[in-house]
Amino acid sequence: MLPLLGVFACKKSPDAGSLDVIPVGEFASLTGATASFGQSSHKGTQMAIDEVNAAGGVLGKKLKLITEDDQSRPGEAATVVRKMLSRDKIVALLGEVASSRSLEAAPLCQQAGIPMISPASTNPKVTEVGDFVFRVCFIDPFQGTVLSKFALSKGWKKVAVLTDVKQDYSVGLSQYFKKHFTANGGEIVGEQSYSSGDKDFKAQLTAIKGSQPDAVVASGYYTETGLISLQARELQVNAPLLGGDGWDSPSLVEVGGKAIEGSFFSNHFSVEDPAPAIQGFLKKYRTKFGAEPDAMSALGYDSAMILVDAMKRAGTSEGPKLKAAIASTKDFAAVTGKITLNAERNADKSAVMLEVKGGQFRYVETVAP
Amino acid sequence: MNEFLQQLINGLSLGAVYALIALGYTMVYGVLRFINFAHGDVFMVGAFAGMYFGRWLKPHLVGWPEWLFAGLILLLVMVACAALGGLVERLAYKPLREKPRLTVLITAIGVSLLLEYTGQLIFGAAPRGFPSLLTSAPIAGLGGLHVSNIQMIVLGVTAALLMCLHYIVMRTRMGLAMRALSLNPTAASLMGVNNSVVISFTFGLGSALAGAGAVFYASLYQAIDPFMGVLPGMKAFVAAVLGGIGSLPGAMVGGLILGVIETLVVGYSQVLGVPPGYRDAVAFVILILILLFKPSGLFGKTLKEKV
Repeated sequence: MLPLLGVFACKKSPDAGSLDVIPVGEFASLTGATASFGQSSHKGTQMAIDEVNAAGGVLGKKLKLITEDDQSRPGEAATVVRKMLSRDKIVALLGEVASSRSLEAAPLCQQAGIPMISPASTNPKVTEVGDFVFRVCFIDPFQGTVLSKFALSKGWKKVAVLTDVKQDYSVGLSQYFKKHFTANGGEIVGEQSYSSGDKDFKAQLTAIKGSQPDAVVASGYYTETGLISLQARELQVNAPLLGGDGWDSPSLVEVGGKAIEGSFFSNHFSVEDPAPAIQGFLKKYRTKFGAEPDAMSALGYDSAMILVDAMKRAGTSEGPKLKAAIASTKDFAAVTGKITLNAERNADKSAVMLEVKGGQFRYVETVAP
Repeated sequence: MNEFLQQLINGLSLGAVYALIALGYTMVYGVLRFINFAHGDVFMVGAFAGMYFGRWLKPHLVGWPEWLFAGLILLLVMVACAALGGLVERLAYKPLREKPRLTVLITAIGVSLLLEYTGQLIFGAAPRGFPSLLTSAPIAGLGGLHVSNIQMIVLGVTAALLMCLHYIVMRTRMGLAMRALSLNPTAASLMGVNNSVVISFTFGLGSALAGAGAVFYASLYQAIDPFMGVLPGMKAFVAAVLGGIGSLPGAMVGGLILGVIETLVVGYSQVLGVPPGYRDAVAFVILILILLFKPSGLFGKTLKEKV
């Protein structure tokens, strides 16, 4: 009797869930140090799923977005993803922005044979995990090159680098920047590092000040960058800061205030871009959330749309077929540009340089891959 | 040379905050012989109290000069933290007064977790901006050195608080009772000391200093979150042990030394060959070395004059 009961109990629950809806998992840093990333990408993802459902869903079913918060903490991402894979039986996973946390989830999805699409993790290692892991953004070797070219074009020859050693993203970005910069006549006059969560950067900045750089590359996330800018100006380090897409958050300006003005960073798109896809997205987003979207929202939206497009083409939500369909994504018209996934499962897209000016991120230039 | 002096100043202002927290550890240890691990979280609550007081009172006290406003916030936070410290002592530690010290120690860890996660529930996990109580301005005329007025005020007020503390412990009846209790609780109560009141007072006083430390820390670094107390709390504990736990000047000197060493290690990481990511490890290596070679710390004498 008992084994029979067990079989009965097992059979009952997953069927009931998967009959009328397709469960799609999403993990994001809704709270914690990089909460702004998770909030934005989640809003974008939610908007895409709502749109698809309003238009009748996919494969005759509605999508059900299951969102888990990893609190921006290392280790937590693996826990919540494991939970969604085993309990919620998700057919695909969307997330994360931070590369370190995507790297926690990627091996789990690869092992389970569930496709994962990261909206904004730019460290190359993420998709190297396996053929089930994709992303809809460019990668750091490109972003590092963009920053380096920009610095050289500004005539900055002596640059100091400040890296967050706890984040794969920051370590990678600094490394690729240095490689291109030194190969093209630039000089790295100081290298300093810190760990996410640090609040005191005066020691590093004092050391950097001694080397009198033309610019300081701060390749970490907005959380620390805002504080770095404040303490840098306090110590009269007046060189502009230079960073990557990890800066993209209103919180950067909130914390940094005047100190962050005149600094530059590379990003996936600019809200000032007149392209109809972007302007249309802006309008929808503003009506829905009453807030201004950032790159993470746009990429969250794109990641969900790419998944839905692949489901339609595959005609199923089953792992291996869905994976093959995502891999063959070609010229998909997304908000952040036309997306074609290459052999390494990355998107080759152009980047934009933005300047922090008057508390806003102003468009400077577009750099093609 | 200038760079070295600058690093020294950076280290001292960080060390001053460690010193204030370390004093709370050391006072409680002096009286009760146990480490109050929830101390770092009282510090965290102090920072949030400062943020809310600052936001609520700002619109009501528009005409007030900035220094008076900042002083009022500091005072309110210290009172709030003293109340919290007293409450924790009353609810968590007092019922365990006659129990083995290990029981109290484990309870302290429990209280610490309780405060952290209740904090996360109430304040949210995202870092919040601390309102700037004083306008940060560089102090001119120091050559190439950059010292902000806030750094100087932190050092100055810390010194003033220490003198007050010294006065309380050495010159008042309550201080006498504290010292008596620390020497021998039974004898003290036989001499008419109300041990319960003295212990509550000690907790309150230590927590008030943690509150002051919180306002300074938040003013210097401007971002606060529910887990902000963990690391400074641990570092302050190391500072207290470094100076000789139970010794007031020891906690002070230990805090300053730790702040300076940490800053110098980070600032000269390339010369020393230690990656700056190891800044936290430095504090704990110091702890291990102290425990191995001089367990009584710099100022810890056997049992003399511990409060």
